Amino acid sequence: MRLSPVSRNVLRLAVGDTLAFIYIPLFIILLYAMNPAQTLAWPPESLTLEWFPKAIQDQAARDALLNSLKVGAIATAFALILGTLASLAVARHRFFGRESVTFLVLIPIALPGIVTGIALNATFTQVLGMDLSLFTVIVAHATFCIVIVFNNAAARLRRMSTSLEDASADLGATPWTTFRRVTLPNMRSALVAGGLLAFALSFDEIVVTNFTIGVGEKTLPIYIFETLFRPNQPGKVYAVAVIAILLSMIPVYLATRLTRGEAATARGAGAAGATTGATN
Amino acid sequence: MSTTQNPLRVAWLCVLGLFAVLLVAGCGSSSDSGSSDEITSIGQTEGAVNLIAWAGYAEDGTTDPAYDWVTPFEKQTGCKVSTKTASTSDEMVKLMRTGQYDGVSASGDASVRLMAGGNVDAIDMSILSNYADINPSLKDQPYNTTDGKNYGMPHGWGANVLLYNADVVKPAPTSWGSVFDEQEAAKYKGKITAPDNPIYIADAAVYLKATQPDLGIDNPYELNDEQFNAAVDLLKAQNKNIGEYWADATKNISSYTNGDSVIGSSWQYQTSTLEADGQPVSSTLPEEGTTGWSDTWMLSNEAANPNCMLEWMNWMASPETQVQVAGWFGEAPANLKACAMDKDSKANCDTYHAEDQAYYDKIAFWQTPVSDCGDDGGSGGGSDCKTYDDWVQAWTEIKG
Amino acid sequence: MAAEATVPAPRRSAGKRLADLFQGRPRLTVAALLAAPLGWLVIGYLGSLGVMLVASFWHLNELSGEVQQGFTFDNYTQLFTGDVYRTIALRTVGIAAAVTVTDAILAFPIAFFMAKVAKPSMRSLLVVAVLLPLWSSYLVKVGAWRLMLSQDGAINWALEPFGLHGPGFGTTAVWLVMAYIWLPYMIIPIYAGMERIPDSVLNASEDLGAKPLRTFRKVILPLTFPAVVAGSIFTFSLTLGDYITPANVGTKQFIGNLVYSNFVSNLPLAAAITTTPIAVMVIYLLVARRFGAFEHV
Repeated sequence: MRLSPVSRNVLRLAVGDTLAFIYIPLFIILLYAMNPAQTLAWPPESLTLEWFPKAIQDQAARDALLNSLKVGAIATAFALILGTLASLAVARHRFFGRESVTFLVLIPIALPGIVTGIALNATFTQVLGMDLSLFTVIVAHATFCIVIVFNNAAARLRRMSTSLEDASADLGATPWTTFRRVTLPNMRSALVAGGLLAFALSFDEIVVTNFTIGVGEKTLPIYIFETLFRPNQPGKVYAVAVIAILLSMIPVYLATRLTRGEAATARGAGAAGATTGATN
Repeated sequence: MSTTQNPLRVAWLCVLGLFAVLLVAGCGSSSDSGSSDEITSIGQTEGAVNLIAWAGYAEDGTTDPAYDWVTPFEKQTGCKVSTKTASTSDEMVKLMRTGQYDGVSASGDASVRLMAGGNVDAIDMSILSNYADINPSLKDQPYNTTDGKNYGMPHGWGANVLLYNADVVKPAPTSWGSVFDEQEAAKYKGKITAPDNPIYIADAAVYLKATQPDLGIDNPYELNDEQFNAAVDLLKAQNKNIGEYWADATKNISSYTNGDSVIGSSWQYQTSTLEADGQPVSSTLPEEGTTGWSDTWMLSNEAANPNCMLEWMNWMASPETQVQVAGWFGEAPANLKACAMDKDSKANCDTYHAEDQAYYDKIAFWQTPVSDCGDDGGSGGGSDCKTYDDWVQAWTEIKG
Repeated sequence: MAAEATVPAPRRSAGKRLADLFQGRPRLTVAALLAAPLGWLVIGYLGSLGVMLVASFWHLNELSGEVQQGFTFDNYTQLFTGDVYRTIALRTVGIAAAVTVTDAILAFPIAFFMAKVAKPSMRSLLVVAVLLPLWSSYLVKVGAWRLMLSQDGAINWALEPFGLHGPGFGTTAVWLVMAYIWLPYMIIPIYAGMERIPDSVLNASEDLGAKPLRTFRKVILPLTFPAVVAGSIFTFSLTLGDYITPANVGTKQFIGNLVYSNFVSNLPLAAAITTTPIAVMVIYLLVARRFGAFEHV
C-alpha cells in the first residue's frame, strides 16, 4: 500500500512503541535472571550468569519441564486426532447441527480457564472418583486444544478444492487411500501449525492445570508458580523462564520454515497463520 | 455463515439430556467417611508420606542447607516425604478432603472443621513417644480434641504480630490502632497490609474488645450480630487504607522488601526472615492482645500411608526437630524439651515466649467460628453466633 | 474413512470391506467422524459444566464446612442480593472490555505494518517477534510486572526523574498487565485477517482516489473487523477468568478470585458464581458469530 512518508513514519513509530511495550518487560525478566542478589531490588547492583547453569541443573525444574513436554505432546496428539476428525465432518459433509459443532469445539477455549478447571476437577474427582494425575491434565488440555487443530484443518479443507479427492475416488481409490494419499498431504502444514499452537497453549497453561494435576506432580508452570515468590534464589526461576523462551525459538523457527514453501499455494497465509492457527 | 439451523438449540438439548443423567450420577457419589476408630498402634511403614503443610514446616534443605529435618526422617524411617504447601486453612481443608494426603499441619480454624467432618482419625497419643513431653497447655484443647479423643500432635504455636518498617513507622507502634484507627491508619494509606483470611475478622474483634467494651466481646471467634457487624464495619473502613491483603508469607516478605507494605499483621516468620535479610523491620505484640495459631499434625482418615504419617508426627515432636522447626519458622515449640537443648534453643524459646504463660494467655488461638456461642458469659451463650460461612461472606464484602 | 484411521486394518481386504461400509452412506461417515470428538466434548466437557450447575444448588454443612447435596437457591440468592458480587462482576467485565479495546488499538498498527507495509524478510522477523512472548511463561511475566510496579520497582525508578509516579498495585495495574499479556492474541488474528485482503482491493480503493485514511476506514477496517472480534474472544475471555494477575498486582477482587477462593472454601457458591462468566461468554460468542468471527479464531 502506498503511504505518504509522514504516515509511514507515524506507522513506524507506532510499531516501534508496541514492540518496546512487548519487549521491555521481557528484557527486565532477563535482567532479573542475571540478578545475583537474594532480593530482586531495582536496579540490580550487579549482573551474573550463575543462575543459568543452576537452572539447568535444577532437578525439580528439569522434571517439571519433562512433564510439560509430555503433557503438551500427548494432549496435542489427542487434539490432532479429534480436531482432524471433526474438521473432516464439518468441511466435507453437510448435516443437521453442523454449525453447532463449530460452536461446541470453541466453547472450551472461550470459557475462562477457571470455569473449565473447576468443572473438570469436579467431574474427575467427584463424579468419576478418579485421582488427579498427569493423565487428567492431558485430558483437560486436549479439550481446549481441539479447537486450534479444528480451525486450522477446517480452514485448509475449505480452501482445498474437492476435485483432487473426487479424481482419486473416480480412479478407484478407497476413501482411506484418498485420505492418506491426497487429503492428508495437503493438510499437513495446517496440522503442523495447529499442533504447534496447541502445544504452546498446553505448555504455558497454569489455571486448568492447577485444578487437574495430581498430588506432588508438577508441570513447568506449576514449578514456576511454586518457586516464583520464594525469597531464596529468586534469579533462578527467571533463568528457567529465559531458557524456556530460548528453547521455544526452535519450534517457532521450524514452523516458519515448514510453511514457507507453501506460501505460493496458500496465498500468503505465511508463517503467522501457520504458526498461530489464525490462518484461513 | 448459514443461519438455517440454530446451533444452540442442538447444543442445549444435549446438555439438558446430560443434565438429567449427571444429576443422578452426581448425587449418588457422595463418599462415605472412613471409620472413626481410634488409632492405637503403629504398623509397618509404607515407604512414602504425602503432607499438606504451611510453608517452612517441612524443610528439606533446599531453602537453606542448615535447616533440614525431612532428609534425616527419610533416612531413619524410609518414608519418602512429599509436601504440598498450602497458603490458607481453607486450602488445607480442601486438600485434606481429596483423600490424597496422609496428614496436615492444621491450625485451629481448619482442625475443628476436619474433626467435625470426620476427615481425620483420632489417635491414642500414648503410642507416640514424644507426646509425653508436649507443653501441657497445648494438650486436650478444643482445636485438637473432640469428645475427649485426641486427633493429633501439637506442632508449635505463635502469635499474629504487628510487623512494621521501623524506618517509616515512627514512633514504634504499641497498639493495633495503628492499622485500625482511621486517623492512625491514614498515615500509611496504601501501605497497610493484612492477611487475606476471613479469620482476620477476629483480629478486629480483639481490637474492639479492648477499645469498645460496650460491645461485650469475650471470645473473638464467638460473635453475635452486633459484635460481628462492628468488626466487619471496622474492617471495611480499614480497607480504604489497605495496600495489599497477603495470602502468601513469602509475598508478604517481598512487599516489605520492595516498600509496598510498611505495617500490618504478620507472623513472626516474616519478621525473622526480613531481619535476617537486613531489612529495617521490627514486630510487636500490641497491648490489646492478639490472635494466634496453635498447629496440630493430623492424620487423614483416608491416609494411604498412615504409619509413615504417625512416624512423621512423632518425628516432628522430637526435641531435635522442634528446635530446628521453631528456629526456622520462628515459633514457640510444642515440646518444652526443645527449650533445654542448649543456649541457642533456650534463647529461641525466650524470643517466642514458649515458656511464658502470661504471653500465651494474651493470644486468642484460631478456631472455626460456629453458631454455638459456647458457655462463656460474654456473648450471652446461646446459638446465635455468626458461623464461619458468615465470616467468609463478610470477608468477600470487606475486600470488595 | 475415520473408523479406519483409528482401527488400522490388519489386512487390506478388511479395510476395503470397512471402506465399503461407508461408501454411499454419508450419514454413517459423519457419525463415525464425529463420534470421538463430539462424544468427549458433549459428555465430558458439557457434562462437567452440567455437574457444576448441579453443584451450584448444593450447600455447606455449617460445622464441618463439607458439601451437602440437596437443593437450595441460597447461593443464587446470595449472588443476586449481595452488592459486592455485582460490583465485582461489573469491575471484571469492565476491565475485560478495557483490555480488549486497548489491545485492539495497540494491535492495529503493528498488524497492518506486518501485513501490508513490511518487506517479506522484515515480516517474518516481526511475526517471530510477536509470537515469541506467547511462549514466555505467563507467570513469569506477571511476576516481573509485580516487581516492576512495586514501590521500589523499575517503573517508579524510571518515572522518578520526571517527578512522576507509577500506578502502583490496583485496578489500573491489572488493566495494564492484562493488556500486556494478552496482546499477542489480538495481533495475530488481525494480522492474518489483513493479510487475506488482496492488495488489488487496496489498490482499487487508491485508484478511485481514496486517501490512505479513507481506505483504512472504508476498506481495511470493515474487512478485518471479524478478525478483531475473533481476537477479542481471547482477550475478553482470558481477562474474565484470570485470578492470578489480580492477586498479584491488584487490590480488589475479580470474578476469577471469587471463584478461586470459593472453590477452596465453598464449592457450591463457586459453582454458582461461574454461571456469570459462562453466561457472559455464551452471549459474547453468539454475537461474535454474527460478525463471522469464528472463521478467524
